[in-house]
Amino acid sequence: MSYTAETLQLLAPDGTLRYSDETDRFRDRVDALDETTLREFYRHMAVTRRFDIEAGNLQRQGQLALWIPSIGQEAAQVGSGFAARAHDHIFPAYREHAVGRLRGLDLTRIIAMLRGLTHGGWNPADTGNFHLYTLVIGSQALHATGYAMGVRFDGLVGTGDPERDTAVLVYFGDGATSQGDVNEAYVFAQSYQTPQVFFLQNNHWAISVPVSVQSRTPLFRRPAGFGIPSVQIDGNDVLVSYAATAESLDAARSGEGPRFIEALTYRMGAHTTSDDPTKYRTNDEVAYWQERDPISRYETFLTARGVDAAFFEEVRQEGEDLAADARRQTLAMEPPPADSMFRHVYSDEHPLMAEQAEWLARYEASFEEQA
Amino acid sequence: MTETMTMAKALNAGLAAAMDADDRVLLMGEDIGRLGGVFRVTEGLQQRFGEGRVLDTPLAESGIVGSAIGLAMRGYRPVVEIQFDGFIFPAFDQITTQLAKLTARHEGGLQLPVVIRVPYGGHIGAVEHHQESPEAYFAHTAGLRLVSPATPHDAYWMIQQAIASSDPVLFFEPKSRYWPKGEVDLDDAGIGMHASRVVRTGTDVTVVGHGAMVSMLLDAAALADEEGTSIEVVDLRSLSPIDYGPLLESVRRTGRLVVAQEAPGNVSIGSEIAATVSERAFYSLEAPVVRVSGFDTPFPPAKLEGAYLPDVDRILDAVDRSLAY
Repeated sequence: MSYTAETLQLLAPDGTLRYSDETDRFRDRVDALDETTLREFYRHMAVTRRFDIEAGNLQRQGQLALWIPSIGQEAAQVGSGFAARAHDHIFPAYREHAVGRLRGLDLTRIIAMLRGLTHGGWNPADTGNFHLYTLVIGSQALHATGYAMGVRFDGLVGTGDPERDTAVLVYFGDGATSQGDVNEAYVFAQSYQTPQVFFLQNNHWAISVPVSVQSRTPLFRRPAGFGIPSVQIDGNDVLVSYAATAESLDAARSGEGPRFIEALTYRMGAHTTSDDPTKYRTNDEVAYWQERDPISRYETFLTARGVDAAFFEEVRQEGEDLAADARRQTLAMEPPPADSMFRHVYSDEHPLMAEQAEWLARYEASFEEQA
Repeated sequence: MTETMTMAKALNAGLAAAMDADDRVLLMGEDIGRLGGVFRVTEGLQQRFGEGRVLDTPLAESGIVGSAIGLAMRGYRPVVEIQFDGFIFPAFDQITTQLAKLTARHEGGLQLPVVIRVPYGGHIGAVEHHQESPEAYFAHTAGLRLVSPATPHDAYWMIQQAIASSDPVLFFEPKSRYWPKGEVDLDDAGIGMHASRVVRTGTDVTVVGHGAMVSMLLDAAALADEEGTSIEVVDLRSLSPIDYGPLLESVRRTGRLVVAQEAPGNVSIGSEIAATVSERAFYSLEAPVVRVSGFDTPFPPAKLEGAYLPDVDRILDAVDRSLAY
């Protein structure tokens, strides 16, 4: 349920930065982070959380069919996302809003999906190689592995050229670790020594089922059985999330094969707006994680480093602006034309699509004639 | 240039031609490399093209198809072999919820040129899960294309056409037809993979089928001819989409249609053809469309497959029933 003796942590819940024998190897990576980047970590976490709250409100007001909150998981996402290079590829599950935003995804694209306007709707080439969300649990692990196989076949691993060496970062949750596809992904990743990092956000709950039902073994131990080096980190510590992911991505890019990170975090909200977490977990548990909140501990850390109130106010305002803008855009979103459902089912021409699109157009036009 | 060869050899030659033409074409599957596949369709290809292009994968069908999707996203053109028809179901989810839908989900921003080769059908006396005809499951799924060659010539060309397609293609190989030889025109495909074709002309009854059923329909037509019944045979070739043009044209002339398939008849390719022909050629029909199918049971133990699978007699019985109207 909580951190273990093996959980790597740099930033304690009280906001102090400490190195241990185990984490000392991250010191150079953290020291290399400049003041701007450290602030960017905060900005992304705080702004995305504000957006997330707004999207939840929009759902409650009937503007979205569903919202998938990421609140509580910002450090796991922002730290790991920052560790990826621009030409790396990222395969998310469906809760990685913060990663998407820092790769350049306009978050209203996610809103469009959950408003019922699209099943995907962005092109990874335009969103920093941030691929589409995958709703079937764990399926994307295999896509990421296949993609990483292709990267390796393309010779873009272990060249020593940081502009060329490429890695794939795939996100999934504790529920997904029970899926066959995820375990097959470990097998294929090892067989083909893919340049790939499996990033597990263990938020402790697969909708209403606790992680103890998925596994009696700490999840980071499982990949070891596949021969994949793995670590367990405090997923609410943005610094260790960054450093551990950067370390793993470097190993993957240099041709050492796949790596695995289990980030212990907590989903502060519901799985989606369709469920009620008070039915399956206790207030005490939520309070426990509230004290380990990723953003407040990082704010304490930044404040101690001398970041002033003006910066936090600026970020707060940016969050307000993003939320207001998202609301404005959401309310203006119109459904696509009905015939769009036929357009991209196939890349090449297909007679059924042409016939049925034409039939629908004639059928709809028949009402206009009658009117 | 024309060459005589088996369908297995024609597929091998077609795969090699596609790999020669495009170095992004990869073969993936269980035992396809060193062994050359359990049916030897990929024999010698790993030696020729290397382990980097002919991959003996781990034994996990979902893993094979799921990673093929990722490879296609990266710009490769994977050709996957599912070892036997009944082994495709561990990959059903990746095929129907991912492969079939990802192009639509990307709203045109992604092409997925993945070919899944499926040796299918009976007549080989094999154990459970090795003789099935699961094509209807996939024909029901939007986003997939399904074809099935009946001859070495079509096998040689259709596999290349499938690999050239920008969409996912399920390529059903009638394994009982792997070994008979036939002429392959190496210079001219003739027609595209989604065209159906009249392979024997006749005037009294139209019969249609795909894969291994086509040669059985031709045998039935030859026998019927001796008894004075003229049967026109249509090779469906493409199961999704179905090319109804030649079929409807034929039915409008003969007024009668028998649909034959190895698969169970309930909610099958044959059902779809019967419904569509009834809708579009109703006034030409002299009799209801008659279906000849496998029974709606699991594929039986091999010693019973003779009673399960449609044969020439059952086809001719159906022809007689059609003519009796």
